[in-house]
Amino acid sequence: MKLAKALLATAAIAAMAVPALAETDVKIGVLNDRSGLYADLAGEGSVVAARMAVEDFDAASKDIAVEILSADHQNKPDVGSNIARQWIDTDEVDVIVDVPTSSVALAVNEVVREKDKVFLASGPATSDLTGKACSPNTIHWTYDTYSLANGTGKAMVEQGGDTWFFLTADYAFGHALERDTAAVVEASGGKVLGNVRHPLSSSDFSSFLLQAQSSGAKVIGLANAGGDTVNSIKQAAEFGIVQAGQSLAGLLIFSTDVAALGLETAQGLVLTNAFLADRNEDTAAFSARFKEKHGKNPTMVQAGVYSAVLHYLKGVEAVGSDDADAVLEWMKANPSNDPIFGEATIRKDGRHMHDMYLLQVKSPDESAGEEDYFKLLATIPAEEAFRSIEDGECEMAKQ
Amino acid sequence: MFELIGIPPQALFGQLLLGLINGSFYAVLSLGLAVIFGLLNIINFTHGAQYMLGAFVAWMLLNYLGIGYWWALLLAPVIVGLLGVIMERLFIRRLYHLDHLYGLLLTFGLALIITGIFKQQFGVSGLPYSAPALLSGGYNLGFMYLPVSRAWVILASAIVCFGTWFVIEKTRLGAYLRAATENPTLVGAFGINVPLLITATYGFGVALAAFAGVLAAPIYSVNPIMGENLIIVVFAVVVIGGMGSILGSIITGFGLGLVEGLTRVFYPEGSAVVVFVIMAIVLLVKPAGLFGREI
Repeated sequence: MKLAKALLATAAIAAMAVPALAETDVKIGVLNDRSGLYADLAGEGSVVAARMAVEDFDAASKDIAVEILSADHQNKPDVGSNIARQWIDTDEVDVIVDVPTSSVALAVNEVVREKDKVFLASGPATSDLTGKACSPNTIHWTYDTYSLANGTGKAMVEQGGDTWFFLTADYAFGHALERDTAAVVEASGGKVLGNVRHPLSSSDFSSFLLQAQSSGAKVIGLANAGGDTVNSIKQAAEFGIVQAGQSLAGLLIFSTDVAALGLETAQGLVLTNAFLADRNEDTAAFSARFKEKHGKNPTMVQAGVYSAVLHYLKGVEAVGSDDADAVLEWMKANPSNDPIFGEATIRKDGRHMHDMYLLQVKSPDESAGEEDYFKLLATIPAEEAFRSIEDGECEMAKQ
Repeated sequence: MFELIGIPPQALFGQLLLGLINGSFYAVLSLGLAVIFGLLNIINFTHGAQYMLGAFVAWMLLNYLGIGYWWALLLAPVIVGLLGVIMERLFIRRLYHLDHLYGLLLTFGLALIITGIFKQQFGVSGLPYSAPALLSGGYNLGFMYLPVSRAWVILASAIVCFGTWFVIEKTRLGAYLRAATENPTLVGAFGINVPLLITATYGFGVALAAFAGVLAAPIYSVNPIMGENLIIVVFAVVVIGGMGSILGSIITGFGLGLVEGLTRVFYPEGSAVVVFVIMAIVLLVKPAGLFGREI
């Protein structure tokens, strides 16, 4: 009897001691394209950014053990959702980060919702993540098709580009980007004359460009990304499309794309972006540190991964556990604050609300040197940059 | 939007011409494959990577040594061709007596390694390579604006295709080559160095791929994955033309470029699969390919 009591007491003490001693184990899975056409704008750079966030948060001294996993989803929704499932089921991953390629992100969105974990979407563009497909477990962090459309689309129409023809990547992302841009163009008094949809990862765009040219539209909207955008712009220059009076609107352009094009070809392009490396001292300092580790400036997707992971870890610290619901609640109740976006809030539909920037690619003369690509035309305040909840078809947010 | 009937003939001409330009790349690449398969019996899956190497060597020549496009057109195929020769000597020759499958697996693996190294080194976004002054600008044909660089692609590939066909089918050297593949022992007995002939053939096939790569450099972006996208289509072209048929690969290359161009007008979403649909039909109806000999 005595022995049993003694054992019980020891067990009780041990049980009480556990929460104070044990660390919170957090597993972060960075899931993105590591070998295909989006590997440069996300890829290993996003893992580097996540690691920087863990270092800056100083997780070690806060009794939070963080492990970062990474995997290549090959831009295939089935591959992406399988990895997400495996990570959550067998590797006990708490949060999945990044996931460029909208079709993959939409698939991962469902897996994470089903398993009740956290999805911090920095890479994907489709605004459906905070619209039709919105989920209590997903925060759409960096940008979306609506904000790109709204920034670039509106600016082009205001400059007189009131008739549009779209060159669209034929999958979820391209369709969403075209839809959102067409809406903005029409709302600003412009007209859409037509579109052509090309397969993802095409190399030759001349036929599509020729169709765009014969449409007579003043603006050719490029609703594609990465290598597809680079090839479209390069070949538009070759076919003298801009010289003949039509303008190109690159709806999603990353700093890596400008590097691939060279300033000579890219100069003058107007684009919307969430991150400008030399916007202020904080962003410049972050970019310099990132460049030291990764060799080039971060893209907005990579910078967004840093910001998202940092805010997540703050949530884990505040809540004292990696419980998804509790951390998500904290994240949405408290503003994020980091060198990338400054102070920003998270809306009920999962939209991370921060300013966006309307940029223009510098000419070779204007550029001060390597990686000095953009000049700031306008800052678009968060409320204006992103779609309002009312227009978003997100049932969850309307309740 | 364009309607099926509503498309003006001028627009159609433009699209046909563009199809022909794309067909030029298919023709040169599938020609290289056909030469290698026809004479060595190796299914060269490294072809896409060798095409990419051609473009990268041109880029390196320009950026590291200041050697321009025109010299690159000559030097890059020679350099990449020599790399091919080394590859043949080190690896591929060990597989001649084995089933096709082994050659395919080996060259596929090599392609993955080469592409992987370049991805690691240069990223996947691509590198800018501007066209030389002589190729900038274009002609206004009335129905379309034809950039000089594209017109040059048609001309250059037509010359190369004809030259290759002529050498293999009409010259003494070509006759040796064809004989050496039919019966290497007998040809060797006549005092002809068969292994050398075969190594040189592989080098030449690879050089053709690199040549296409240099042609592509100013038009598409110079990119480690540029060959990955193309090689599968080119294989389909070779299969449709008939494995190993020199003339078949040239004609189907240009022809499928045209078909693909038309698909881009009438049903752009299908342009990525049309070649494979045709391949499936051809395999059903004429398994040896349009120009292949029945086995």
